[in-house]
Amino acid sequence: MSETSAIVAETAARIFEDLADPQTVNQAKDEAWQGPLWASLEESGLTLAWVPDTLGGAGASLADGFEVVKVAGRFAATVPLAETLIAGWLLSEAGLNSPAGPMTVAPSRWSDQLKIDAAGTLSGKARNVPFGKSAGHVAVLADGPSGPVVALVKLADIRAGEGSNLAGDSSVELSFDKVKAVAHASAPAGLDRHRLMLLGATVRANQMAGALETVLSITTRYSGERIAFEKPISKFQAVQHNLARLAGETAAAVAAAGSAADTFANGITDDRFFLEAAGAKIRVSEAATEGASIGHQVHGAIGFTKEHILHRFTLRLWSWRDDFGNESDWAVRLGRMVASKGADELWPLVASR
Amino acid sequence: MTAAIQFDQLRLPPECEKLREEVRAFIAEETDAGHIKPTGATGGDSFSREFSRKVGAKGWLGMTWPKQYGGQERTFLERYVVTEELRVANAPTRLHFVADRQSGPILLKYAPEHVKMKVLPAICRGECCFAIGMSEPNSGSDLFAARTKATKTDGGWLINGTKIWTSNAHQADYMIGLFRTSQPTKENRRHGLTQFLVDMKTKGITCNPVYQITGHHDFNEVVFENAFVPDDHVLGEIDGAWKQATSELAYERSGPERFLETYYVLEELVRVLGPDPDVRGAEGLGRLVAQLHTLRRMSVSVAGMLHAGKEPVLEAAIVKDVGTIWEQRLPHRARELAAFSEPEATNQVPFEKKLAYATTIAPKLTIQGGTTEVLRGIIARGLGLR
Repeated sequence: MSETSAIVAETAARIFEDLADPQTVNQAKDEAWQGPLWASLEESGLTLAWVPDTLGGAGASLADGFEVVKVAGRFAATVPLAETLIAGWLLSEAGLNSPAGPMTVAPSRWSDQLKIDAAGTLSGKARNVPFGKSAGHVAVLADGPSGPVVALVKLADIRAGEGSNLAGDSSVELSFDKVKAVAHASAPAGLDRHRLMLLGATVRANQMAGALETVLSITTRYSGERIAFEKPISKFQAVQHNLARLAGETAAAVAAAGSAADTFANGITDDRFFLEAAGAKIRVSEAATEGASIGHQVHGAIGFTKEHILHRFTLRLWSWRDDFGNESDWAVRLGRMVASKGADELWPLVASR
Repeated sequence: MTAAIQFDQLRLPPECEKLREEVRAFIAEETDAGHIKPTGATGGDSFSREFSRKVGAKGWLGMTWPKQYGGQERTFLERYVVTEELRVANAPTRLHFVADRQSGPILLKYAPEHVKMKVLPAICRGECCFAIGMSEPNSGSDLFAARTKATKTDGGWLINGTKIWTSNAHQADYMIGLFRTSQPTKENRRHGLTQFLVDMKTKGITCNPVYQITGHHDFNEVVFENAFVPDDHVLGEIDGAWKQATSELAYERSGPERFLETYYVLEELVRVLGPDPDVRGAEGLGRLVAQLHTLRRMSVSVAGMLHAGKEPVLEAAIVKDVGTIWEQRLPHRARELAAFSEPEATNQVPFEKKLAYATTIAPKLTIQGGTTEVLRGIIARGLGLR
């Protein structure tokens, strides 16, 4: 990690520690804590890290932004920080200004398709849009008359359905019924659904890796505190081996997610990024399934309660598997890419990273 | 909230990629000449004096060691590239692999100068095969239960006892053996073992073959009856072997050989599935590739951290734990995914042959060089649980 990335990560961590401590947030009666948290993140320039200052952002590097995402994952923060980062990046790529306030991005499912006409009127549906209820704007990548178009839309102008993910964060269907974009511009060459999904997958994978790090640390700590049969359960070999497996899954997630982020941050967008981003979303999602289960197993009944913070991480880990392409979806795509290149090209591709 | 696990984002530097091209060109030549058989399953497990000598002549053995011992003073990252390319090509590296990876570095650290001058250059030339004398009939994972004795005599030591599961012993020039020189103490049950360099031609050493479930002869029972080892073949501190060889373990645990041992099955699976697999085949293949890519990134990262002088002990143990389980399951997963492939697929025969071999060697992958159970104990210690 570069020195500036480390400073950015530290700044983000301090804000989350002060304003989104999982224990405090878990006991809060309402969501009022989200306001000050967002204000502080915005004030520090973290929400628009991937937007150059000429377009209203903070102009931080891609690497810095990924560090922020990972820190946010470690706190399982329920504000659309990751979504706003992606939205800001998408708008900037098309030369559009980013508004203040929280944003989200659509579509985030492969099966959804949005259309835009020459006048900037959008139609179509996007399902499971994260924070589609609470954000102010949505950045959209839609099919235009002559290729992909990036558009900025006010959420107030769109009909939003009801719904949330497993953790209760809003995740809704947005219906674009002839909605007029606030601004729109052609996407630059190379920016298509595939690339947006790859970036989304990389961002989610990094949040998930951060959340798994926390699952590992709170589970390890709990195993040293909980006494059963007259000793801490961490002294039982069966528990130790479960924790070792959790460490292995967390390690795989951290390595794969970090590697994909590093690849994108270095401007690599060809098949190598495909391998990295799809590979990360697949492997991190597998780790989420395995790791969250072990976290719960070690915590026993207390981890299954609202009162304990474990669910803030495990429920999001399970839900995040589905955003920007789930692991099955990416595996089919990656498998087809590898198959079409042929057996002799597999190792050179893997070794190229 | 601090992170317990660290993976620096290391990419292999340009000099490594240049070297990789050289290794691939060499492999292509050797394949054309018939010295590497891409269709043979047992390649990586084969013993070839001629091939090892050629690898040595290229300067790819002991490549990180000082030049005065025949080394090249190149980096561990460069060694990493050579190792992974030869492994993926299924090249016959059995003769030199153990010597290059672990025996040489132990000698480099603990052998007297004249022994180093004699043995290390021979390893670098690819002429020297090593065996590791650790396990005994009643001492496997629990190394400190070793009972094979070294008793002091004039000018050296007399070895008596039996080592078992000793790979290569019947073809090895030397063994690095762990022998009991004193009884353990009450305070320290690890006390009393010493490492020795043993010339396998020594009188009083008998190798009896132990055949494996693959049908191959790799394991041996090595019986010592008053075998004499001179004083200058003691490696390191007498009674203090437990203090040695801890930092080297990170290299040994995290290398590419810890997840690539059955790689040939994956490559053959891609051929069986063909250029346009169905959803089931594509998904299975995609997951395997994602898992392989992740393992390699973890392994390269550990190599990079070691290169930078860090001590990623926890991360290295994790690479071996996750990596060996992956390579062990790979043949079984490939079998499932190929279940509906067309029997007339052009490579059905090589696929089945390689699959059969990989399936039979798979059980050893999570046992050799530290079992899964031992590794998980090490990981638990790294997490502060014990």
